[in-house]
Amino acid sequence: MSKLVLRNIARRYGPVEAVGDFSLELAKGEFVSLLGPSGCGKTTTLRMIAGFVPPSAGTIEMDGLPISSAESVVPPERRRMSMIFQSYAIWPNMTVGENVGFGLQVRKFPRAEIERKVDRILEVVQLGALKGRYPAELSGGQQQRVALARAIVVEPEVLLLDEPLSNLDANLREEMRFEIRRLHDEFKITTVYVTHDQSEAMVTSDRIVVMNKGRIEQVDAPQVLYARPRSRFVAGFIGRTNFLEGTRDGGDVRFDGFSAPAAAVEGANGTGTLLYSLRPQAIRLTREKRQGPALAIEATIAGRSYLGEYWDYQARPLGGSKALRVSTSPNTVFEPDSRVWLEIDPAAMVRVE
Amino acid sequence: MAISSPALPTTAASSPRTRAWDSAWLIWIAIIAILFFLVVSPFVQLIATSFRSADSGAFTLTNYAAAYGRERYVEALFNSLELGAAAALLAGVFAVPLAWAVSRTNMPCRGLVRMLVLATFITPPYTGAVAWILLAGPNAGWLNKLYAFVMGADTGPFNIYSFPGLVFVIALYSYPYVFIFTSAALELVSSEMEDAANILGAGAWRTMRRVTLPLALPAILGGLIICFLEAIALFASPAMIAIPARFNVVTTQLFQFFGNPVRVEVAAAYAMPLLVVTILLVVIQRLLTRRKGFVALTGKGGERRPIALGRWRWVALGYALFVASLSVFLPYLFLLQAAFAKAWGRGFSLDNLSLKNFRFVLFEHATAAHSVLNSFLFGGTAATLGVFVALGVAYIVARRIVPFAGLLGFLCVAPFVIPGVVLAIGFYSAYAPPPLALYGTAWIMILAFTTRFLPIGYVNANAAIRSLNPEMEEAVRVLGGSRLTAVRRVVAPLLKRSLLGAWLLMFIPATRELSSAIFLYGPNTKVVSVMIFDMSEEGNFEYLAALALILQALTLPLLWIGQRAIGRDFMLRRSAA
Repeated sequence: MSKLVLRNIARRYGPVEAVGDFSLELAKGEFVSLLGPSGCGKTTTLRMIAGFVPPSAGTIEMDGLPISSAESVVPPERRRMSMIFQSYAIWPNMTVGENVGFGLQVRKFPRAEIERKVDRILEVVQLGALKGRYPAELSGGQQQRVALARAIVVEPEVLLLDEPLSNLDANLREEMRFEIRRLHDEFKITTVYVTHDQSEAMVTSDRIVVMNKGRIEQVDAPQVLYARPRSRFVAGFIGRTNFLEGTRDGGDVRFDGFSAPAAAVEGANGTGTLLYSLRPQAIRLTREKRQGPALAIEATIAGRSYLGEYWDYQARPLGGSKALRVSTSPNTVFEPDSRVWLEIDPAAMVRVE
Repeated sequence: MAISSPALPTTAASSPRTRAWDSAWLIWIAIIAILFFLVVSPFVQLIATSFRSADSGAFTLTNYAAAYGRERYVEALFNSLELGAAAALLAGVFAVPLAWAVSRTNMPCRGLVRMLVLATFITPPYTGAVAWILLAGPNAGWLNKLYAFVMGADTGPFNIYSFPGLVFVIALYSYPYVFIFTSAALELVSSEMEDAANILGAGAWRTMRRVTLPLALPAILGGLIICFLEAIALFASPAMIAIPARFNVVTTQLFQFFGNPVRVEVAAAYAMPLLVVTILLVVIQRLLTRRKGFVALTGKGGERRPIALGRWRWVALGYALFVASLSVFLPYLFLLQAAFAKAWGRGFSLDNLSLKNFRFVLFEHATAAHSVLNSFLFGGTAATLGVFVALGVAYIVARRIVPFAGLLGFLCVAPFVIPGVVLAIGFYSAYAPPPLALYGTAWIMILAFTTRFLPIGYVNANAAIRSLNPEMEEAVRVLGGSRLTAVRRVVAPLLKRSLLGAWLLMFIPATRELSSAIFLYGPNTKVVSVMIFDMSEEGNFEYLAALALILQALTLPLLWIGQRAIGRDFMLRRSAA
């Protein structure tokens, strides 16, 4: 049975629809991210799951029992969930130990057991030595760990995270991604994670829900999402990509500056403009034309940028007007304006809406 | 709406949503009732009374005819407007250079000057007026005696009992308002904005004229408006100075309508122009200081470098000390002299020294010591009540717990536009008659003080709650605590200091409030301000000075607590809401 089910959830604020027709099922112990640009409705969805925002339509069920609908909402304090906020919301008037123990206190655990559980979870998040400190004395990363410990120690039915890493600097953010996933692997708490950062979502999640303008664009595992985006929005939002517009022309699909056999590319039977996404990594750059099943297209290097981990080339097919972006390893060097061959596997071209 | 949600296995099968709804409504109703009692009813009664016949209670316009029927009544209205305008302009002359020098230049002793402005600010206008009667009274005033001594003349040129004298005294004790507004605005003009003008070729003078001044101008005008309103609403200084000088202003005229027999209906009618002018100007002031250009100032100010004045910085300091000697040094020097003198006219000599004035007001006078107790008791109760109401409303507004919460917030700040004398007439109309018959009781004073200073409390409570991230409370709730738990365990502990600050900011002015008290006190509820006013009418300046200094001395520890709890300058920064 699914742990958490959202059925056709919607939330309107006056005439504005913040979230519309949102349906999702989470298996027990699953880690799902809600990913999208700011204003896409992901935080509103999370707050509906938490019970802070009642839905305008639809229902939310946990363990098969309804907890939210337009008519009635179980208040947040009775959902046995926990949440990590963007600001961490660590209470500055309580010590680390009191912060972490608060939820257990509310749940009326005996004092000794609270102490034991708090000590153990603080060890897990590597804060054992800081139990008696006040939050103002902690660094941002340590506060983040307190928030994690406080949320996990109560063994919630569902853990909700609202952009928990957005206030940390880049290095720490990368470290905490792995930390969050590690804690999930250890405690197996069903988790909903809201972020606008695709790499955070990809590192932590079992599945990612890509949202745009209050609607779900696509729900898939990270690697599927990257390899087979279904919409222009998803292809553009997750990673970098080239959008290729083609039209059917007999047995071929004609693109800007080259064409491909219709049999080799997916979805070529449509009429009108056919849109494809092609990742920069899926294109090879060679000096000489090579034999093989891949398309070979002669091009010139229109521009290049060196980014340390890779070269980012702009290569324009001869006879084409738009350059394609191509990523190569850092030691594949081509001079600007030089002639090159682009190698494209037609199967890497993903038809998007 | 009231469908019970199927609860989780471990929860009771009651309907949480319905219950939360009910208690929210209860709180809402209680707060509405309190605000109705404190704000709405006196205001409505004030207006109703102005249209009510004293004899029959029927609708009538005769009150207005009586209030504006004599030339000298109308003249008093114009006197007030003239007084307000002149006092505000003079206050601007005192305050704007000071504010600029303190907040933007390298003038020496800037901290000291700030302290002296604060000392001016906490000097009640009546205390200042009395000091200046000692200094510039015709013939006997110290400045006149000095002039006569130096010039060999028979008399000196100064006469505080005149229109210019009144303007001077009022400006002297209301310029801190202009100072507060102006320095707050100037502190938000970043040096980068001025640098941007400089790098485009503007010199220091043009930068000042085209960038700095226009940015601060709305704030300066706002401060001047507050000064104007303060001047026309003041009761004590005009009563002490204008009445001997044989002219009237609105507040002194109102007081005469309140004399025997009390003509509250006429007073209510006569108070209307004061109310209308105040409301109008407060609206203008808000529009000025909330204009878009001004809001832009509230962003990150960037770096602020003091402007190097060179040798002129000593000129600036000289001017600051000149203003301070008018408002602080000279007045307190001669108040001290009078308080410790057998007779103040006999001057500074050892055989004139005595503690008898303090002994008299503290132990021998029938009601003086009691009036100090009353002031602190009424002020303390009013401030406590005010903090609770303000906090409750501010929380409800900030978290939108009930519909139309914004209206409650509006009611909390509304008394700001009601001058103290007008508020007192409203309270008299509403609660002096049966069934409550509160006139002469402590409660009418306490409630009037609560209403009068509720806006200060609300603005501070509101700022405090808005500084609190709601996620702090949501974190409590998601871990299983109720909203009450959140308020008790998180909100209250975090706001302790700010609430103490709000309490002090209501309490300090309440202990010295005169303009509403003078209309509402009874034989057993005399407060220290009324006592001081009575003594000035009797000419007992030695006793008066002793009592006024006792009041000031009792304020100092409160200031100290406030500065410890919420930082230096808290009076100057937070009162100008």
